[in-house]
Amino acid sequence: MAKEMRQAYANALIEEARVNDKIVVLEADLMSATGTKTFKSEFPERTIDVGVAEANMVGMAAGLSVAGYIPFAATFGTFAARRALDQFFISGAYAKANVKLVGTDPGVTAAFNGGTHMPFEDTGIMKLIPNLTIVEPSDPVSAAAFTHLLAKQYGCAYMRLHRKGMDDIYSENETFEIGKSKIVRNGNDVCIFALGAVLVHEAIKAADELKKEGINVRVVDVLTLKPLDKEMILKCAKECAYIITLENNQVSGGLYSSVLEIFNENHITKYVTAMGIHDEFGQVGTLDYLLKNYALDKDSIMEVIRNF
Amino acid sequence: MALLDSEKKELIDFARDIRKQTLLCIGTLGVGHIGGSLSIADILSYLYTKGMKVDSNNPSWEGRDYLVLSKGHSGPALYSTLALKGFFSMDLLSTLNKGGTLLPSHCDRTKTPGIDMTTGSLGQGLSAASGIALAHKLSKKPNFVFAIIGDGESEEGQNWEAAMAASHYGLDNLIAFTDNNKMQIDGLTKDVLGVEDLVAKWKAFGWNAVRINGHDFDDIDRAVTDAKRQNGKPTMIIADTVKGKGGGARFENQVSSHNAQLTLDEAKEIIKEALNG
Repeated sequence: MAKEMRQAYANALIEEARVNDKIVVLEADLMSATGTKTFKSEFPERTIDVGVAEANMVGMAAGLSVAGYIPFAATFGTFAARRALDQFFISGAYAKANVKLVGTDPGVTAAFNGGTHMPFEDTGIMKLIPNLTIVEPSDPVSAAAFTHLLAKQYGCAYMRLHRKGMDDIYSENETFEIGKSKIVRNGNDVCIFALGAVLVHEAIKAADELKKEGINVRVVDVLTLKPLDKEMILKCAKECAYIITLENNQVSGGLYSSVLEIFNENHITKYVTAMGIHDEFGQVGTLDYLLKNYALDKDSIMEVIRNF
Repeated sequence: MALLDSEKKELIDFARDIRKQTLLCIGTLGVGHIGGSLSIADILSYLYTKGMKVDSNNPSWEGRDYLVLSKGHSGPALYSTLALKGFFSMDLLSTLNKGGTLLPSHCDRTKTPGIDMTTGSLGQGLSAASGIALAHKLSKKPNFVFAIIGDGESEEGQNWEAAMAASHYGLDNLIAFTDNNKMQIDGLTKDVLGVEDLVAKWKAFGWNAVRINGHDFDDIDRAVTDAKRQNGKPTMIIADTVKGKGGGARFENQVSSHNAQLTLDEAKEIIKEALNG
């Protein structure tokens, strides 16, 4: 049975809060969605619901951090990256505060909430904030691990968090590091740099099926979008014949752009196939429908690879 | 207890020094936010003489009271205040807004000793101040958190989000001023986008709210003393002020004083005529 990513996030926060009385949670009326109701039952005083007011949530988080607290503020990725952007940029990052902003429902996982709630642009927007840490866990184990890591690292960070059920990719004792990606399937014919919970799983499914056809696909779980694991990107560029970037957001300004920048800086002229959102808005639908519609599902991945 | 005459003299003299240094540092640069800096000089004089607990030798002292100058463009007045109180060398004032300076046009907590919060994007300071106040409530510490917003700035919706949160969370350690100088860049606030009745608005949002003369130290003292005694409510002090106060005929009560040209010689002339040397 798949575990909920949000519960992994909330449990990790509870564990941190038990040993660090500076951990606080801020919410903007989405506590049920982001999973922090369990945090509230154990730490009611350290759970601050500001109502439907994301700008103030991030501004207050900045103030709390200036006074020594470690605030985790969560809302849907659309509101995190668009509605509260200036607050996160100025009161947070520019002020060198210590705000952890969690944007849930990344890309097509917003499903039935549709285009108004479907962040395809949050990654690109956040990447433009200097020195910001951006992580996107791929399973409940990494969601918990990165929550712990962000709690311990001073500075503003954006965590793009799928909140629903996901099978584990990693065992409980796996260790993670901010800025380090992981190879989750080995192969040298094709390398997929995959970002985010749903897409890393799709990439793994595609790799496992293609293996039966004799095609060896390497899947790299990117995990940290910024700072990107340059060493891993360069290693894979050298070792693998074809390169794909796979992301649940606009490819322009996203992972694809970052990989191209690293290639260019290192005089690598390899072609990169960009799988992701190509200058489109979101829409309603089931997750399966949307994955197919935007060509992000395992069948679309396999088709691209078979055509190499 | 009312202010003693000797206290009042000290406050008046300090406010005059703040205005002088503000004009001098902007005059040295040649341009700056004169109007909104001069209008808060008396409030700053009171806060840094009597209203706030601070330690100029240890600006990040944990026991201090905080100030979030949300109208961050009035930085020159606060920099002058901090320099005069010994937070940093007076020499720094002449570096205002020059490349590489520690005194940028808008307040920056990462650069200037004594600046508690980075501001400049209007509307954000009251949320930050509320966060700092909440932090001290959570830690059960007695520090007060002061904030200064502008009347024009009150048009930013984020203030009213913060207003609701601060009253909901009972942040009686939060004491804010509205520097109600009644002018903004495009004209008189009442003509651009009227914000009054500010006292009624803040009261409706659950705050203790009072209107005072922002250039009268007895008024400021009474309002702050009362604010510190509040139980369960944050306070908003609507300080009626004059934009460009002390800046002579050229700047006093002039919309154009918001961001204006000024040479060092002109600054000295104004100091001689409007501030008695």
